[in-house]
Amino acid sequence: MPTLVSLEEAAALIHDGMTIMVGGFMGCGTPHDLIDVLADSDVKDLTVICNDASMPGGPMKEEHYGVAKLVHNHQVKRFIATHVGLNPEVAKQSMEDKTLEVILVPQGSLAEMIRAGGAGLGGVLTPTGVGTIVEDSPLCLGKQTIHGKEYLMMDAIRADVAIVAGSVVDPKGNIWYRGATSNFNPLMATAADTVIVEAEEIVYLGYIRPEDVRTQSIYVDYVVRGGKKRGTV
Amino acid sequence: MERSEIKGFIAKRVAKELHDGDVVNLGIGLPTLVPQYLPDDVHVVLQSENGIVGTAAVDDWTHSPLHIVDAGGSPSAVDAGGAFIDSATSFAMIRGGHVDATILGGLEVDEEGSLSNWIIPGKKMPGMGGAMDLLVGAKNVIIAMEHTAKGAPKILKKCRLPYTAVKCVDKIITEMAVIEVTEDGLLLTEYNPEFTVEQIQEATEAKLIISDGLKAMC
Repeated sequence: MPTLVSLEEAAALIHDGMTIMVGGFMGCGTPHDLIDVLADSDVKDLTVICNDASMPGGPMKEEHYGVAKLVHNHQVKRFIATHVGLNPEVAKQSMEDKTLEVILVPQGSLAEMIRAGGAGLGGVLTPTGVGTIVEDSPLCLGKQTIHGKEYLMMDAIRADVAIVAGSVVDPKGNIWYRGATSNFNPLMATAADTVIVEAEEIVYLGYIRPEDVRTQSIYVDYVVRGGKKRGTV
Repeated sequence: MERSEIKGFIAKRVAKELHDGDVVNLGIGLPTLVPQYLPDDVHVVLQSENGIVGTAAVDDWTHSPLHIVDAGGSPSAVDAGGAFIDSATSFAMIRGGHVDATILGGLEVDEEGSLSNWIIPGKKMPGMGGAMDLLVGAKNVIIAMEHTAKGAPKILKKCRLPYTAVKCVDKIITEMAVIEVTEDGLLLTEYNPEFTVEQIQEATEAKLIISDGLKAMC
């Protein structure tokens, strides 16, 4: 059974210098309340693995939305993402200030690299990125020709902690995702030493039908109540 | 052509490339205009790489709950009969050849059909997002873009910016022309009668092969 903790207790599991995976796509399916608590904390030098760096504003009309808060607070030293173009602060810190290292990975590759990290695989062979500067990425382990076709060998990746957003979570940690919020969440939940789910709704055991469980209880270590910002149906 | 008409003109022509039942992934910007020009009897299934099969259009957040966005992070919805999927499933669909067509914008395309559209070293590094996967995985890759960047050719002998993918583009559609990428080079198949073939060639760095069946764009 996962431990039910407060947002503050959950945030305290994340220490300086750790690698964290953050679920979500442009803030949709991101554990926003956990991000807020982290942004209020002193934790720093994080390596963040997230699809994107979110953006200023967002649907909540905040100053910054989602992981953008951690970037703006200079709490991130390395960002592994597929797209950071909607958050101008990333370009500033990486190209002008040179205080942030950004590693860009094709989105389909990132998804499989995380999946591989959680599935005990050594990496992923993908045709994506062949002939591009992805071949020079620190996460590209080389090129292979299989049946006459070239593939890049991309590293499997894992994190110290994954923070994911679950729409409906039961006491054992089973997760059901609403709408398009699943995106990277179910993958990241398999690929970290410690997995924290921010639950929009916590329900009684049996509420989620076994066939509807998208992240299985065994992956989840901690559950926090949150999701206040993500809206409900 | 008025500047304000260019994007709509390109999108309208691109719409003719799609067939009823096609699974289609649209890039952000101009490509998102394409569905409004589809004839009534052509219904496509829009795939958004963030995790929607059967993406439906909405205008703003008042019509979209926060838990549904499209691949540009904009408010979105799902059609009846649609599905939500995770990112690995989404890109298995894309790389696995289950997407019939993708329509993307471009900064540069070259005569080998290679595309650059994700980074300008030292200046801009938005990232490739899902574009690299779409280019290698979609069955039909259509680049929809303005023919030049303020007069400077974008259709080149060889891309100068870092590639998004090599030898991947099937067709280029601009406000001046429709160009197919062939083994022999770039084949001009349609031209906008507002321009002469000579003007189109002048606006294109790569040498255009004129199709025997060259016709007017409409």
